[in-house]
Amino acid sequence: MTDNGQRARSLLRAAVTLTAAACVYELLARSGYFAAALLPTLATIAQTLIASLADGSMIEHAVFTLYRVMFGFCLAVVVGLPLGILMARFRAVEGFFLPLVSALMPIPSFALVPLFMLWFGIGNLTTILIVFYAATFPMLFNTWSGVRSVNPIWLRAAGAMGADEHSLFWKVIIPGASPFIITGMRQSFWRAWIAVVGAEMIAASDWGLGWVIFDAKEFLNTDLMLAALVVIGGIGYLFERMVFGSLERATIQRWGMSRVAKG
Amino acid sequence: MQETVTTIAVTGSASSSSRGGERWRVIARNIFPFVVVGTIWEIVAWAGVFPHRLFPTLEEVALSFVQLTIAGILPHHAIQTVIRLLTGFALAAAIGVTIGVLMGRSRRAEDIFLPLVSIGAPIPGLAYAPLFLLWFGLGNVSAVLLVGFVAAFPIIFNSWTGVKAVKEIWVRSAQSMGADDRRMFRHVILPGALPYILTGLRLGLAQAWRVLVAIEMLAAVPWGLGWMIFGAREFLNTDVMMAGIAVIGIIGLTLEKLVFQKIEDYTVVRWGMVAA
Repeated sequence: MTDNGQRARSLLRAAVTLTAAACVYELLARSGYFAAALLPTLATIAQTLIASLADGSMIEHAVFTLYRVMFGFCLAVVVGLPLGILMARFRAVEGFFLPLVSALMPIPSFALVPLFMLWFGIGNLTTILIVFYAATFPMLFNTWSGVRSVNPIWLRAAGAMGADEHSLFWKVIIPGASPFIITGMRQSFWRAWIAVVGAEMIAASDWGLGWVIFDAKEFLNTDLMLAALVVIGGIGYLFERMVFGSLERATIQRWGMSRVAKG
Repeated sequence: MQETVTTIAVTGSASSSSRGGERWRVIARNIFPFVVVGTIWEIVAWAGVFPHRLFPTLEEVALSFVQLTIAGILPHHAIQTVIRLLTGFALAAAIGVTIGVLMGRSRRAEDIFLPLVSIGAPIPGLAYAPLFLLWFGLGNVSAVLLVGFVAAFPIIFNSWTGVKAVKEIWVRSAQSMGADDRRMFRHVILPGALPYILTGLRLGLAQAWRVLVAIEMLAAVPWGLGWMIFGAREFLNTDVMMAGIAVIGIIGLTLEKLVFQKIEDYTVVRWGMVAA
């Protein structure tokens, strides 16, 4: 009961804050102190958002962006997950890949955009590869440290009970490392989402939410820019909270391993 | 990024504690993968599978690196980029820690800032770039402000969490021993929250670095590594691009290893807040 009351009160306060912020913005926008093209009113932004959703153009942009981010992210999981497991299980693989990964990781993905544009041209391929580059490292590292941190007692206990390699891997190592793997997926999706917006801006293809924002700048369509920002934020929030949040709740928290995931 | 550093540190300390021959073995083992990749690169470049302009040999990259460094062009770009990074980051650190600590200490500040911060945070920083360019014009101001804006979010979140995570019992015992607000803040809250604040600063710097490279490409700043790479594309100077990317990697690694590792060693590790 008190928890509910607390919750209602903080919701109310959040609503008050946001309304106040919206009022300040609206006043600034209507004061005419700034150019209307640069600071559109909230009503204009909402109108643009609804119009672009209704005629399907915004949805099409979002679909293109999602396609790129999903493709790159899946590629990153397909490469990062097995490689991370191999690195943790075999010293030779670790010895070979760790120095390379450590050298590549401090290079931000955006620095590679111009190079990839030269190599692969403008469009889907470049964007997907940038997303892939950005998303692979968190996936790889979390898997690697997850598999390494599987409690050795579990391994020995399973071995003593006569588990063979195959069941040791699927029944002990994978579940033991899963909190890290899921955290890795979450982080790497987030990186992918940042990378796709940037890559779409710089390596301007002709569809995508990042491109919409960048293109709208040319025509001073600030309302369209802000509408696209709302869509980007909405999709990001949806994935972060709904998809990965509920994935964590269904797996890590149910297995009682959330303490491991944080450490 | 954190994990890399620890592993490097681990291999480093292991080698220094044992004999010299062992150290050479470790160095050789770390260099070996680069030699393999370098050789493959050279073979592909020499075989002419890809157009030479787009896939230069490593000597050419090294040569343009040396030439640009001697001519002072590369250092100039790098210094401008670092200045921009530090300005933006200092802005973010000052504002972020202030807001974060305020949010942790006062209920009202939390109510005001938390909704705003939660709405701003899930939007990738670079998505704001065109908006900043429209509002503040092309050039330095937009770049620095965007870097500061983007880096502020992790700093705010972590400072807030850190202040909230200070143990209630420390606060109460300090109170019962008669600490006033100022002493309480300086001697209890700040040291208690510092591991979190440092994590926030570290994350903020990493984000700032990532965004800065991209915004330099978009904001048409006169000097800067991002701009150098982007400009080199126009003239198909792939070797210049790769030299620039190498410098970006080196700066990123230096920031992470030298700056933050040192700060952590001097503060939280020394105070016994986290294990060394």
